[in-house]
Amino acid sequence: MNQNYSTVAQRSTSAIATNKVLRNTYLLLSMTLLFSGFTAALSMLMNTPPVTYLISVIGGMVIAMFVLPRFANSPAGIGIVFLITGMLGFGLGPVLSMYASLPNGGNIITLSLGGTGVIFMGLSAYALATKKDFSFLGGFLMVGFLLVLLAALANIFLQIPAMSLMISAVVIMIMSGFILYDTSRIIHGGETNYVLATIGLYMTIFNIFISLLQILGIMSNDD
Amino acid sequence: MDWMEIISALALIAFIIFLFPAAREMIKNNPQGTSSDWMSFVIPVIAIALFVTFLVMLV
Repeated sequence: MNQNYSTVAQRSTSAIATNKVLRNTYLLLSMTLLFSGFTAALSMLMNTPPVTYLISVIGGMVIAMFVLPRFANSPAGIGIVFLITGMLGFGLGPVLSMYASLPNGGNIITLSLGGTGVIFMGLSAYALATKKDFSFLGGFLMVGFLLVLLAALANIFLQIPAMSLMISAVVIMIMSGFILYDTSRIIHGGETNYVLATIGLYMTIFNIFISLLQILGIMSNDD
Repeated sequence: MDWMEIISALALIAFIIFLFPAAREMIKNNPQGTSSDWMSFVIPVIAIALFVTFLVMLV
């Protein structure tokens, strides 16, 4: 009997901890997205050159891979997450300015933003509602992501617009898988650090938004 | 080929090299999914593909 009480108590403690990670992740994620929007608007107002995107993405990725894991368990980790997301948002400035200058640019940006929101919220709700364990996707998603990076590398030399479109479409599918995988990891206690969980989900949102911009931009030019 | 493309290519190569060991480890320790597990992934992905097609039609 006592053992039963102990098991129930352990389960409820674990559920509370999971809910706390989930709540903190979504809170930090929403704040970093707002901050990114602010830095992107700032970058647009400053009329930054296209190279800003490249510098911000490389800088953001280097900090996310080498600096953030060392500080993920300390309050400094939150500041580093804001630094990374602020940099990535700032890098978006010239990209958004370029799309805004297109005849249908405002529509493309609005649809990409709305589409990214719908995809993220839909998949998060699906993972939370079904409570399914998507850990089996890890290897598949990682291999898919590496193949996409190789294809993107090849396309820098080949410069094929159809391949660029295909890469963007595959990135959206892989990032969708990562949303399910990351959310499921939080739900099942695989990820207990909300700083790392936030940066993972932020990267998927960022990649989906950029890929949607590219797809809608290319398709609107084909008219 | 301009210098921005060369830097992009070098950054991608570095990223692939950095990710490769983690990817190999993930594949090695990856739990196997059943066909029902895979269906629960494929269905939302198809829904997203249809949604993106719908967005393309709107633009």
